[in-house]
Amino acid sequence: MKFGVIRFPGTCDDVDAQLAAQRVGDAELLWHRDRDLKGVDAVIVPGGFSYGDYLRAGAIARFAPIMEEVIEFAQEGGLVLGICNGFQILCEAGLLPGALLINDHLKFVFRQVELEVVDAMTPFTRECPPTLSIPVKHTTGRYYSPTPVQVVLKYAPGQNPNGSQDDIAGVVNNAGNVFGLMPHPEHAVDPLTGSADGLRIFESIRTAVGERVRVQL
Amino acid sequence: MSAEAQPKHRELGLTDSEYDLIVEGLGREPGDVELAMLSLMWSEHCAYKHSKKLLRRLPADGPHVLVGPGENAGAVDVGNGIAIAFKVESHNHPSAVEPFQGAATGVGGILRDIFAVGARPIAVLDSLRFGEPADSQRSRYLLEHAVAGIGHYGNSIGVPTVGGEIYFEPSYEQNCLINAMAVGMAPHSRLTSAAAAGVGNILILFGALTGRDGIGGASVLASAELGDGDDAKKRPTVQIGDPFTEKKLMECSLELLDRGLLSSLQDLGAAGLTSSASEMASKGKVGLDIDITKIPLREANMEPFEIMVSESQERMLCVVEPGKVDAVLEVCEYWDIVATAIGTVTEQPQFRIFNGDELIGELPVPLLVDDCPLYDLEPQAPSAPLYEGGDQRIATDATPADTLMALLASANISSRRPVFEQYDPVVQSRTVRRPEQADAAVLALPVLDVDSGAAGAPVPAIAISIDGNGRRVAVDPRAGAAEAVYECAANLACVGALPLGLTNCLNFGNPEKPHVAWQLSEAIDGLAQACRDLEVPVVGGNVSLYNESPDGPILPTPVVGMVGKLPDARRAGRLGFANRGDKIALVGGFHPSRDGSELAKLHGSAPAGALPAKDVAAICATHQQIREGVNSGAFVSAHDIAEGGIAVAIAECAISGANGLGARVALPAGLDPFGEDFGTGFIVSGTAQDLAGLEVIGEVGGDSLEIEGVLDLPISELSKAHASGLADLLR
Repeated sequence: MKFGVIRFPGTCDDVDAQLAAQRVGDAELLWHRDRDLKGVDAVIVPGGFSYGDYLRAGAIARFAPIMEEVIEFAQEGGLVLGICNGFQILCEAGLLPGALLINDHLKFVFRQVELEVVDAMTPFTRECPPTLSIPVKHTTGRYYSPTPVQVVLKYAPGQNPNGSQDDIAGVVNNAGNVFGLMPHPEHAVDPLTGSADGLRIFESIRTAVGERVRVQL
Repeated sequence: MSAEAQPKHRELGLTDSEYDLIVEGLGREPGDVELAMLSLMWSEHCAYKHSKKLLRRLPADGPHVLVGPGENAGAVDVGNGIAIAFKVESHNHPSAVEPFQGAATGVGGILRDIFAVGARPIAVLDSLRFGEPADSQRSRYLLEHAVAGIGHYGNSIGVPTVGGEIYFEPSYEQNCLINAMAVGMAPHSRLTSAAAAGVGNILILFGALTGRDGIGGASVLASAELGDGDDAKKRPTVQIGDPFTEKKLMECSLELLDRGLLSSLQDLGAAGLTSSASEMASKGKVGLDIDITKIPLREANMEPFEIMVSESQERMLCVVEPGKVDAVLEVCEYWDIVATAIGTVTEQPQFRIFNGDELIGELPVPLLVDDCPLYDLEPQAPSAPLYEGGDQRIATDATPADTLMALLASANISSRRPVFEQYDPVVQSRTVRRPEQADAAVLALPVLDVDSGAAGAPVPAIAISIDGNGRRVAVDPRAGAAEAVYECAANLACVGALPLGLTNCLNFGNPEKPHVAWQLSEAIDGLAQACRDLEVPVVGGNVSLYNESPDGPILPTPVVGMVGKLPDARRAGRLGFANRGDKIALVGGFHPSRDGSELAKLHGSAPAGALPAKDVAAICATHQQIREGVNSGAFVSAHDIAEGGIAVAIAECAISGANGLGARVALPAGLDPFGEDFGTGFIVSGTAQDLAGLEVIGEVGGDSLEIEGVLDLPISELSKAHASGLADLLR
C-alpha cells in the first residue's frame, strides 16, 4: 500500500511520518500547492507548524490547494490520519469535530505519555494493544468539543499533559475514516528511539487498507 | 553626558586611535555609510580585537578535522563520507534586554551558521546562566522567557533540542548567559565555503526582507557593558526571530547546495550585510559591488547605512555563476523565499556600495576585515578576591542526609525537567538518548528503518555534550577551564563515545580590566592544555566579552561543546541503575575537595581556594576504560561524578534508574561524600562478573540509598527533592 504525507511549508515531522509509514508500506511526500494525491491509499497530515501557525494552529493550512483533495478523499471514505498539527488542521477543515486549544499551562510540552486505546475497532487502532507509550509535543493540544465525539485514545489517568477535555488524546469522525491525535505515533516506531508502540497505528492502517475495496467513482 | 558632545566615531564605539588608523588606511575621512560599516567590523564582536591573539593558542588540528576555525562552523569526519559541523555561540546581551527574542534569535543564528556550511542541523543544545532564582524575580523572568524563546525557535523549525545545562550564580544577575550550540550533518561533498569566488559572478540575497531591526547590535549591545539604566533604550537593537521563514530558508539553502547551484554561501548575522559580504570577499580575495536599491526592504525610507548594517534575521547571501541565476531563483520561488541579485564579484579587493548609479561607499576589503588593530591584554592576577559568597542555604553542621537532600533540591543540581520538557528532543527520528537518560545526547547517524534498530546491524552514532562551571573557573581559571574539557569528555565516555572535536564560547567580563584579562588568558591556556591532553581539536567558537555590570564581572565562564562518535547506538550508555543485584563500582582517580563545590556554595563560601590536581594519563586511561565498558555492554549504567560529589552521583543513578530501585554502598575510607572533582571519577553498574577487577563499592537493590555510616534515605524522597527543586523555584 502507499501512504501520502502532506508537506506544508513549516511542517516538521513530515520525513519522520514518511519513515514510519515506510516500515509498513510505501510512502511519498505531497506538496501543499499540488492538487494530486498520486493514487495513495491513505493520507497522513503530519506535525509541525504549517505556515508558521502564527494566526491559529492549522488555520491557514486548511486553505492549501492539497487540502481540497484531502477533503474530497476523506468524503469518499479514504483513510486520513492527522498527527498533532495535522489533527489541528483536520479540525479547522471540518473533517473532525471539536478544536485544539492552548495547553492549560500555556507552555510547550514534550513528554512520553501512556495512552489508553478506548476504541480498538477503528481502522487506525485495530492492531493496537490496550495501552500505548507515545510522546506528545505541542503548545496547542487541549482538545475541546461542545458535543459528544467518538473518542479513540485517552491519556491514562494522571498522564493528561495539556488539560484536554475528558483526557481525550485522539478522536475519529462519525464515518470512522478520519482520525486525529495529539501524540506522535511516528516518533514511537523503534525501541532504539524510545518505543515501538506507535507502529501499531501504521500497521492498523495497512490492515484496514488491505481489507477494503476503495469506492471507484 | 550628552550624545552631541561626542564625535560620531566614538558614539559608534571606535576609539580615537582606531579612527586615526581608518583615516590613514583610507587616505581620507570615511563617509557616513563607510563609518557605520567600519565601526561594526572593528567592534569586539566582529573583529575579536581583544581575544584573537589568545585564541591562536588553541589547538585546531586533528586527524578528523575537515573544517577548522574561520568558517561559519567547524566540521569533523565521522566516517562513511559523513561530516558533522558544529558551533556554539552566545546571544547574551540581546537576551538580557529581551530574553524571548534574544534567545530565539540566538538559536536562529547558530542554525544558519550550520546550514551555511552545507550541513542539515540535527541538534541544538544550550548553556544558560542566570542570577539566583530564589532571590531574583528578574532571573526567574529571564529564565522563563529565554527557555520559551529557545523552544519557540527550535521546536518550530524542526530541529531537536537534545541537551544543555543551566546554572544560577549571583554574578549573572545583570548579565545572563545564553549560549546555543547547533550540530549539523552533511555528506563531505556538500560542505561549502563562504569564500566568494569567480569575478563576474552574481551576489544573491535571499530570505527575509531587510528592516531596521538590530541596527548596530554588534557594537552597541555585544561589545559594551550593560546596566547604566538605559537597557530599555537598547531594545530596538534586538532582532525579532521568525522560525517559519528560517525553516523555508534552510530547506531552500540545502536544496540549492544539493543541486550544485552555488559557488559559495554565507549567513547574515551580526553587522548584517556588511559583515557577511566583506568576509566573503576577504576569504575569496576578491571585491564586491552592491547596489542597495536592489535590496528588498521591509520599511520605507531606510537610510543607506541602515540597509548595510541591518541585523534582520533569516537572510542568506550566496554567490552564483551568471548561468545558474535563473535556476537559483526558481528553487527560491518553490520555497516561497524572496531572492534578489544585489551585486557582483569584482577583481579588485574593494567593497563598493552603490545607491543606484551613485557610489556612496568604497572601502578596501582588507581595511574592513583584517586591519582592525589586535590588542594585547594586560593580564594581572587579582590581589583581592573578585567574588563574594552568596547567602548561606544550609547549615555547615547539617547531617549528611539533610545535606544530600539540600544538594539534590538545589537550583544547580535539581532536575532540569521543567525546562527540557519545553523542548522537542525527538524530531528527525535520530535521538537515541534524550535528556536525563544519559550523560550525553546520542543521535543515530544512519536513517533508522525496519532493517536497522534493535534487530539489525550496528548503528553508528554521535554523542554531544556541553559543559562549563564558572564557579570552578573563578577558583582557578586555568584548572577550571581544563576541568570543563575533561568533564565534557567524561560525559561522552559515559555513552561510549570518543571525542572528535570541540567548540567553545568564552564568556567573560571586560578584558580591558587586568584581572579579567588574566582570567581570560589563564582559561584559554587551560582549555588549550586539556584539548592537547585529550587530543581534541578546537574547530570553532565564539567570544562574548564585556559581561559586566556596575557590580563587577560575571564568573569567568568558558563553555565547551564536544562531539564524539560511538560505534553502536544500541549499546549507548545510560545513567540509571537498571537491575537489582548489579554491583556498583567507582572507576578512576577521583580526588575530591570542597573548594568551589556546590556544597561550599550552599554554605555561603566564595569561590576560592584550589581545585584538585589532575593526573592526565589517568584521566585518558579512565575515559578509555569507561568507553570500552559501555561499548562492550559490561556497564549497564555509567555516570561521571560532578556537582555535589559522589553521594549526588549515586543518588542520580538511582533516581533516573528503574522505578524506585535503590542502592547500598560503602565509600572508600576517608572519601568526602560531597567533595568534587571533575572528569576523573565514574559510577558504573553491572554484573559481578562484568565488574570483576574494579573497585566495587556496593550493590543495586532495596528502595533506599544507603551510604554505610553516612546516610540512609528512601529513593522516593530523593526523587521528590530532585524533581521539585527547580520546579518549585519557577512556580
